[in-house]
Amino acid sequence: MPKVKVSFISSFRAALGGADALEVEAATLRELMRTLVAKYPRMQQHIDAGVALAIDGQIYRDNWDVEIAAGAEVYLMPRLQGG
Amino acid sequence: MAAVLVTTKINGDTVEFACPPEETLLSVLRNRLGLTGAKEGCSTGDCGACSVTLDGRLVCSCLVLGAEAEGREIATIEGMADQDQLHPLQRNFIEYAALQCGICTPGFLMAARVLLERNPDPTESEIRYALAGNLCRCTGYDKIVRAVQATAKELRRPEKNKHRRKKA
Amino acid sequence: MGNDPSYTNQDFKVIGSRVKRPDGVDKVTGRAKYGADHNAPGQLVGLFLRSPHAHARIVKIATARAEKLSGVKAVITSADLPDLTNGDAAARDILENCMARGRALYDGHAVAAVAAVDEQTAKKALKLIEVSYEVLPHVTDVDEALKPDAPVIHEDMYTAGVDPRPSRPSNLYNVSEFGHGDVEAGFAGADVIVEKSYKTEQTHQGYIEPHACVASVSPDGTGELWVTTQGHFTYRSVCATLLGMDIAKLKVTSSEIGGGFGGKTHVWIEPVALALSRKANRPVKAVMSREEVFRASGPTSSTSIDIKIGARRDGTITAAFAALRYQGGAFRGAIPGMPWAMIGAMTSFACYDLPNVKSVGYDVVVNRPKAAAYRAPSAPMIAFAVESTMDMLAKELGIEPLDLRIRNAAREGTRACYGPVYGPIGIGATLEAVKNHPHMRARLKKNQGRGMACGFWFNFGGQTCTDLNIATDGSVTLTVGTVDVGGSRASLSLIAAEELGIPYEQVKAHIADTGSLGHNDTTEGSRGTFSSGMAAIFAARQAIGVLRERAAIMWDIPVDDVAWAAGHARARGRKHSKLKPLSLAAIAAASPTTGGPIAGHNESVPDNAGVSFASHICDVEVDPETGSTRILRYTVVQDAGKAIHPTYVEGQMQGGAAQGIGWALNEEYVYGEDGRLQNPGFLDYRIPVCSDLPFIDTQILEIPNPNHPYGVRGVGETSIVPPLAAIGNAISNAVGVRMNHVPMSPPRILKELERRDAL
Repeated sequence: MPKVKVSFISSFRAALGGADALEVEAATLRELMRTLVAKYPRMQQHIDAGVALAIDGQIYRDNWDVEIAAGAEVYLMPRLQGG
Repeated sequence: MAAVLVTTKINGDTVEFACPPEETLLSVLRNRLGLTGAKEGCSTGDCGACSVTLDGRLVCSCLVLGAEAEGREIATIEGMADQDQLHPLQRNFIEYAALQCGICTPGFLMAARVLLERNPDPTESEIRYALAGNLCRCTGYDKIVRAVQATAKELRRPEKNKHRRKKA
Repeated sequence: MGNDPSYTNQDFKVIGSRVKRPDGVDKVTGRAKYGADHNAPGQLVGLFLRSPHAHARIVKIATARAEKLSGVKAVITSADLPDLTNGDAAARDILENCMARGRALYDGHAVAAVAAVDEQTAKKALKLIEVSYEVLPHVTDVDEALKPDAPVIHEDMYTAGVDPRPSRPSNLYNVSEFGHGDVEAGFAGADVIVEKSYKTEQTHQGYIEPHACVASVSPDGTGELWVTTQGHFTYRSVCATLLGMDIAKLKVTSSEIGGGFGGKTHVWIEPVALALSRKANRPVKAVMSREEVFRASGPTSSTSIDIKIGARRDGTITAAFAALRYQGGAFRGAIPGMPWAMIGAMTSFACYDLPNVKSVGYDVVVNRPKAAAYRAPSAPMIAFAVESTMDMLAKELGIEPLDLRIRNAAREGTRACYGPVYGPIGIGATLEAVKNHPHMRARLKKNQGRGMACGFWFNFGGQTCTDLNIATDGSVTLTVGTVDVGGSRASLSLIAAEELGIPYEQVKAHIADTGSLGHNDTTEGSRGTFSSGMAAIFAARQAIGVLRERAAIMWDIPVDDVAWAAGHARARGRKHSKLKPLSLAAIAAASPTTGGPIAGHNESVPDNAGVSFASHICDVEVDPETGSTRILRYTVVQDAGKAIHPTYVEGQMQGGAAQGIGWALNEEYVYGEDGRLQNPGFLDYRIPVCSDLPFIDTQILEIPNPNHPYGVRGVGETSIVPPLAAIGNAISNAVGVRMNHVPMSPPRILKELERRDAL
């Protein structure tokens, strides 16, 4: 499985042992979250509250099966809502 | 208190209804006569969504009592079109996208019609002040003013208007 | 510029044409049915009793006298709404906001409700309900609520997002931080640093149609709800959860919606109306009064913000910092994990390419109504603060404010202040368009000034489910589940017509009830035309596949030999040269004997609505005698990706700008010392009227969204973001005072003018 470098907003860092970026084996958003929670159980609360993933600047909130290409810039942030 | 029996004319038709003396004309129109084109946005006369005419004068029907309709003539949005021919204001509100959600539209159309009946050639400023009693939250009023301007122009040229109507 | 040929060289037939909206005739003739225009046989009138106190313990509610009144069919309190939320904090907050549970948390908080045979009886019944309150200390100001001696509203609220967890509860419920680089080092390398603090007051979405619904629950556990909403599927899920009903057994029908702007993405009276109906076993119609709309439904946050920006002499920004304090009312925000200050912090410096940036959001509870989304929620306030400070910085540097923005504008490859790196974006293009706009060269007179400002919004996609059915005469029904708030039935019909190759008039779009289609997320985040449009494209393409199969049957040739173009099936290859193209209508007419109805369907989560940027120009005249500000000229420049219906895109831009103008100059919630809202009506909460505004010019740019087949971006929200700062900057240029408190109402401007003159 490809390794991707994932960056996080600062609010998630406490749950990740202080890391602001991690190398994670994941090909999709779903796998990324599964892997993160397995290693950092406290991430579950953030995932339950809602997260979104930016892949190369494009924000995905709902499509957890979107493929993360090798070398993509990946950023995990809170899920947002509009008016 | 006993209900009041009222005989009035709405959009040219004689109508009878009974309502408590404190009931507003807006409530009578909407809840007793099924004329829900007039909308209740505030019930304090601030938004104009309930605009109708009473003997040709523009009023907020939330500030008029049902009992006051006795012997008067009321016009509502439901009577604005001439059968299947939309009033030019109605046609131009669609054409110029002068409505989005449309909740304020009946009130604007009533107010604009009264304006154009009295002043066939209003300036932009006169249009804006004539419509200042009607609130719209969607459009920023831009396309509403343009639709009224276009209608005024059209109504001042009746020959062209006739031609358009035949074509339509 | 504007059109990037790498995406938009598509040859559209109907996309981009200014057709008439399908809901137009109903709306100009009074026939369109809104929330309060529906009635059910035997319906009761539902009314609410609301707390007159900002914060009070409810000692006792005595309902017996009301229940005994002739014509009263049900009286309910929170006791009739048991907590079925099962640990879901967001749902628990919604439940408590709909009906107070032991404590009233703001002026207007519902404490009881009645259903009676008519309004007069229901009003009498409300007066017969006796509530004993023990008044508690309250706080309504966001800064006051953070002081150490402020009354703590929730004893179990410990600030989240800080490590370690605080030892004491407080009104600060979340801290969130965004950014990158080293801001301290960045400020150390700056030649000029500008710091300023700002306040913005609370505003309401101000939709003209109050919340309204007709609820009907049957003893067999099924129910129906007719309601004005931006998201009937979401209302269904929330109401079913709160009432313990099966989601599938509650059918929700969305009425025409008389404005929402985010305020109709949340439930207010609906769960209570359903509970009243369940208790009375009769349909119940509930309609909020305007006063209730203001006191108890969705205002946006009031805020307090600090900004610090540093730059080198040449205008390169070296560091930027923002601290945002937003109150979300008495609750924890719309959904947990997404509090309002956090969103504001994420949007803060999104327009700029900054090496060192940090934004910290502080989310605060106060005794005010539960804040709701309002068009690009949380963004206008922080944009006011940032964009005002940008102008101050430009002045310090002796650079044109527009040039300072162009120099530091974000571009493709910029790391956004909220984390990710941008793809193709339009901020630079809007700024260049502003630079070239004739508005920038128009003359100004005494006491007149020009300002400009930028704005950003994310835009969202979300869950979508769409049906497309072809009738035997070739007319097409497009059934969507996203509520039409701004003309999406027209834009979606255009999209279906484009794909199928038929005229716009041949398509009829419907908004389905929740029983007729799979789940659709709420129309929010500028997603209506984006996501249902995407689903319509794929549903149409699926239908084209069926049309080709049917044509193959009619011709008795392999389906691979059938192509679809310009509304016709065409047989490919010389061997089929005698086969004349079959129109969609001809294939549809034969459908009963070629396999039955022809349809396409799509369910998807079209993410990537594409971030959106706008730049606004505004001319004002300030009356130095009264302090009142008049908007002389206003221009909106915005990136729409691709405008499906340009007139309706213009309408979104104009409407958003007008709301921003009202926010900038007039609109504010005024709370008294007693914690009561003093202006819950359109007379004293003054939204712009027709005579307050000029024509609002628009310039649509089309920098395509690479993730949409047509390049569409959401367009509905961004236009409310720049006006506050554009107007503040214009006022500063007109009379030389820097306003840091919104609304910039006449008394506040007069005060600043007096201060200026005293110097």
